[in-house]
Amino acid sequence: MLSKSQARTFFLGGTVVSFGVFLWLTWTTIAKEVPKNTHSENLTEEVIRGKVLWEENNCMGCHTIMGEGAYYAPELTKVVERRGEGYIKAALMTTEPWSPRGRKMVAYGFSNAEADDLVVFFEWVGKVDLNGFPAKTEYETKKASNK
Amino acid sequence: MKYQSQKVAYWFFALSMLLLALQLIYGFIMGFAHMGYDVLHDFIPFNTARAVHTNLLVVWLLSGFMGAAYYIIPEEAQHELVSVKLAYIQLITLALVGVVAIVGFHFNYWEGRKFLEIPRPLDYLVVVNVLTFLGIIIATLYKGKQRTTTSLVLTMGLLFAALLYLPGMIWFDNQTMDSFFRWWVVHLWVEGVWELIMGGILAFLLIKITGVDREVIEKWLYVIVGLTFISGILGTGHHYYYIGAGKVWLIVGGVFSALEPLAFLAMALFTVSMYRKGEKKHPNKMALNWTLGTAIVSFVGAGLLGLAHTLPSVNMYTHGTLVTAMHGHLAFWGAYAMIVFAIIVYAMPNMTGRKFYDSNRGQLAFWLSNIGMVGMTVAFGVAGVAQVYMERIMGLEFGVVQDEIKVHFLILVLCATMFTVGIALFMYEFIKYGRPTDEALEIEQ
Ligand code: HEM
Ligand code: HEM
Ligand SMILES: [Fe+2]
Repeated sequence: MLSKSQARTFFLGGTVVSFGVFLWLTWTTIAKEVPKNTHSENLTEEVIRGKVLWEENNCMGCHTIMGEGAYYAPELTKVVERRGEGYIKAALMTTEPWSPRGRKMVAYGFSNAEADDLVVFFEWVGKVDLNGFPAKTEYETKKASNK
Repeated sequence: MKYQSQKVAYWFFALSMLLLALQLIYGFIMGFAHMGYDVLHDFIPFNTARAVHTNLLVVWLLSGFMGAAYYIIPEEAQHELVSVKLAYIQLITLALVGVVAIVGFHFNYWEGRKFLEIPRPLDYLVVVNVLTFLGIIIATLYKGKQRTTTSLVLTMGLLFAALLYLPGMIWFDNQTMDSFFRWWVVHLWVEGVWELIMGGILAFLLIKITGVDREVIEKWLYVIVGLTFISGILGTGHHYYYIGAGKVWLIVGGVFSALEPLAFLAMALFTVSMYRKGEKKHPNKMALNWTLGTAIVSFVGAGLLGLAHTLPSVNMYTHGTLVTAMHGHLAFWGAYAMIVFAIIVYAMPNMTGRKFYDSNRGQLAFWLSNIGMVGMTVAFGVAGVAQVYMERIMGLEFGVVQDEIKVHFLILVLCATMFTVGIALFMYEFIKYGRPTDEALEIEQ
């Protein structure tokens, strides 16, 4: 039968080995994968300002980006592709309450420059290699095969 | 109760109960908003309600864990807490930081990073607060007569939880990096070190309630926390599939996170078999209910419902949908809310000297809250699966789909009402016990 000290060795040994492997994988991820997949050379000042606005206003408290956030409002990873710049800027700059299908978004009334920064941030996010997320839907697949 | 200083725990439990009540109010605000009644939008927009709901959850659970530690450590170490005064200061500052953060969320004072919305300056205060807490606990252990495995596992969980808060405080320009290290906090907490805290509290309760030999219980405790770390650390990869962190995580995250339910299964089997094995039947029936309950519901909510969407091929479609919210609720409830309730129900009669071991009201609180929460889980689950099919597979627009699934939020709110009645009864019992008193001290011969 397993003794208590064997059980302790299992715990300590398992933890050290797992954490070691995890640190090693973390290293390869941040040194190689992230710069490549996110095109980190494209992280311009505008993109970073856009990210700051995204955080300061807690957009993630309603939307998801890269599938992370809340479930009250649409996923925004590919929003530029889906809606285009004009639509997005209108939604960000309006000072009138805006509620598509009854879902209310805060009327932020961003300046033109701020809205531009957010659009550039979305463009950058849209180009990150997300291993195929979001998956192509049946609708998109059909449209493509009809062409 | 064997040591006077254990009474501090009461106030941490009371703070927990208060914050839980507030958490539920903000839950209802969001439930109604999903139904189309976002009437408070001008004062409490959805993102505010959400930040308050989840941060209150984390703070009340931490307050519960701290209360548990202040109760358990003196008894395990056989030594009074080194400073009761400092513990009270720590309690008050914890409450203050919590309140400032919650109020701030109503005035756009936050960091929009899911679960880590507390703004940076307050983060530093949290760190100081937690260090004070750890100082008291570790000094007590150090001075104590014995250092049991139970107390070491509990303390290790709390210490690692504090350390893991730090990677969440680093600023990154890159959204992928930001997210990568955010999971070091969120995932490694709930699927790693918090399980040590849960395991430690569970072991303490089982030793007290079942009377099974400590050596046996603590041996299995090591096995459980070993399984937790072996699966859970590399299992972090299940959050790295689709955020730009590379392909290796599809395999590593998939394999190891699929093993994570083993730790919860072990916890459930261990609890049930210790209960069967135990000869001493402790009169505190309600404590036994919550102890068995937490072991079983955490296996379902975290283990099974986590497994349901953890493989990359499934997660591709469910990632960031209401399916996640379904799992989040039952997992947090089963594993962490219920373990806090279990230690509260065990400790209250001992601290106050009033032996309300089994009451109809207490039973009703247990069943209504659990059935209500299972109902909420089903409502989120049905809404989530419908969302996945319509939006992610068929390709209907987000808004169209949300209109279709509104009805499930009516069911959610109804089940949440049942849940809340259960919680209200629990709080009524809590208040009925009254304050802790030195008359409840059991002096050992
Ligand atoms: C008590 C333990 C657990 C708790 C409290 C918990 C809670 C949560 C929460 C709140 C989220 C949402 C996080 C976010 O999107 O920011 C989440 C996500 C997730 N959990 Fe858990 N969980 C637990 C255990 C598990 C286990 C054991 C598994 C796997 C077997 C698992 C699998 C997942 C997966 C795959 C996601 C990502 C969902 C997505 O892609 O949107 N969880 N969990
Ligand atoms: C009155 C009862 C409750 C109601 C009506 C409620 C409702 C909700 C709603 C509507 C959301 C937001 C989902 C979204 O982003 O769209 C949410 C999030 C969340 N709630 Fe609750 N909730 C309640 C109680 C609880 C309890 C007791 C817990 C923990 C034990 C909890 C844990 C969470 C968590 C972890 C999230 C974040 C989930 C995620 O992002 O995946 N809630 N809740
Ligand atoms: Fe996780």
